[in-house]
Amino acid sequence: MNARENILARIGKARGSSIAADVDGEIRRHQRGPIPPLEDDLVKRFGERAVSLASDVARARTITEVPGLVAHYLIERQLPMQGVCWPALAPYGWNSVGIELQTRAARGDDLVGVTGAFAGIAETGTLMLLSGPETPATVSLLPETHIAILDAERIVATMEQAWDRLRVERGALPRAVNFVSGPSRTADIEQTVTLGAHGPYRVLIIIVG
Amino acid sequence: MEVTAMHFKRKAAENLGDEKLQQALEKLQTKFVDGRAAAIAELPNFGEVRDAAAEIRDKVVRHLDRYLLHFEQEAAARGTVVHWAETGDEVNRIVADIARQHGLHKVVKSKSMVSEECGLNEALESQGLNVLETDLGEYILQLAHEPPSHIVAPVVHKSKEDISDLFSRHHASPRKTGIAELCREAREVLRPGFLSADLGISGANFIIAETGSVLIVTNEGNGRLATTLPRVHVAITGIEKVVPTLEDATTLLRLLPRSATGQSITNYVSVLTGTKEKGESDGPEHFHIILLDNGRSQLLGTELQPMLRCIRCGACMNHCPVYQNIGGHAYGWVYPGPMGSVLTPVFVGLENALDLPNASTFCGECAVVCPVKIPLPDLMRHLRHQQVQRHLRPWTERVALRLWSWVARHPAVYALFTRAAVRLLGWLGGEKKMLHHLPGASGWTKGRDMPAPSGRTFRELYQARRSP
Repeated sequence: MNARENILARIGKARGSSIAADVDGEIRRHQRGPIPPLEDDLVKRFGERAVSLASDVARARTITEVPGLVAHYLIERQLPMQGVCWPALAPYGWNSVGIELQTRAARGDDLVGVTGAFAGIAETGTLMLLSGPETPATVSLLPETHIAILDAERIVATMEQAWDRLRVERGALPRAVNFVSGPSRTADIEQTVTLGAHGPYRVLIIIVG
Repeated sequence: MEVTAMHFKRKAAENLGDEKLQQALEKLQTKFVDGRAAAIAELPNFGEVRDAAAEIRDKVVRHLDRYLLHFEQEAAARGTVVHWAETGDEVNRIVADIARQHGLHKVVKSKSMVSEECGLNEALESQGLNVLETDLGEYILQLAHEPPSHIVAPVVHKSKEDISDLFSRHHASPRKTGIAELCREAREVLRPGFLSADLGISGANFIIAETGSVLIVTNEGNGRLATTLPRVHVAITGIEKVVPTLEDATTLLRLLPRSATGQSITNYVSVLTGTKEKGESDGPEHFHIILLDNGRSQLLGTELQPMLRCIRCGACMNHCPVYQNIGGHAYGWVYPGPMGSVLTPVFVGLENALDLPNASTFCGECAVVCPVKIPLPDLMRHLRHQQVQRHLRPWTERVALRLWSWVARHPAVYALFTRAAVRLLGWLGGEKKMLHHLPGASGWTKGRDMPAPSGRTFRELYQARRSP
């Protein structure tokens, strides 16, 4: 007998003849647990929570305003105007505001990464990013500055709603679902929170619409 | 990891006198205890969520084999290879085999307590692999050659001066003193390690039966880097970490970071399923998951079964007056605090951890703060009971208890004995009626006086009142 059979046999023996639960059916139903009550204005809640987790948040009426806002943010903080972005975001006229973006996965020395987001979770002010050929996961991770463009319509109340949306729109999970709640941080030294551990030092979320 | 739980009393005494450690432990109180209280207060339906969380974990533990099989099937369907291991040594062998098979040499590790159970780093290094811990705390411990003293905050016992010294010694760079500078230095030292590694090893906070996924929570982003950049990813976890669905994982996520560090959510929550997709430029080409038993299945069907609900948040140790005063190293193995006082005896043998079930004031705070309602004091009491049943207590204690039990069952002897004892103690107490020293109980009187009895026993007083 190998480890797998041994372990399963021990578990089976301990369980004894207890009534077999309908595990498969229960998993298919994926029932929600208790949901915390949230206020109605999800965009407002999302923005407030994101700021409380040290993200920067800006609003744009349309996507055409975004490059200008990004340029303003980078110049104000004296950050480089070069970086990488997801392919779908390339055609928005970055050059006209002096920003140079390459469409590829990020490398260790890229300083600015621009991504979209599959959803925003209002409960915690969290971005939900999906990996994929057109949405490389490294763009939100390796650069020191992460800029995420989030359609206001894609802000949902809870993670449960985001899972449902993912099931409807994609069917299966992508290789990686990354929930991002502000800049990377550590409190390992003397329990003192320090922003910018191994991931970005700052996260700018631009809510569009 | 070597088990030194039998030295608990000596190490606890040493740590109580260690001023630097005492200062470091004070931060735990203000940051973690107060932080948790604030984070719980902002979740309006906390009680309801906690009930649901305990029920999810309980349900999984009751039908553990069914959920594991479902998980295995879903993971395999996505190209993930699932391995099973009885012991830590088996885990080490499996990882070494994977490294050999794929020709891997450079390992980056994200924090994993299960890998501490296995002693994975030493095992891989002995096979000629280069292992780099990437969680800041774990990296510091790797430089210092020390084990973690807390399951969430592994270097809680170190001051920033200790870390400055360590970094300046190992990094060949000018000594930094600010916490932000130290963090930046570690980032710059570790970044090339991430970029050149070919094997990423992580733990798993949960594995999800519905999707065959591994869920990892981190704040630093090292977990994401270690599972995205190297071409092979190995996740190691205990068999009890399975949860049924994404929704169940979400319910537990409302409690895990709040209970651990007082955060409403950790900076990153990553749900990883299968390998790199066609056309994808990042992500591992091979994904292995190792499910470790190492004594866990022995708990099923016993009074200790509720311990398998544990989600490793660390709230029990943060709130434990014993842990708060002696730190984690005294417990002598991977898991400290109340959860460790239950797990260590189970994993390494009750006879090798005699003091741990007794390392508690039974104040009950650990059970109060546990997000999945594990009755930790009851479990420790059960282990104490087992110690007595298995004659593991010292012979002096056993003889004393037998003697007491005989006396207690013979009321006349009891009355005689107590009458003599109170008179003797009353006389020893002198005019001030205080005992500064008590033979056989010097541990008690070393730090405080004991008020001497008044001279008559309760039974004498009762008798006097009934027959005036």
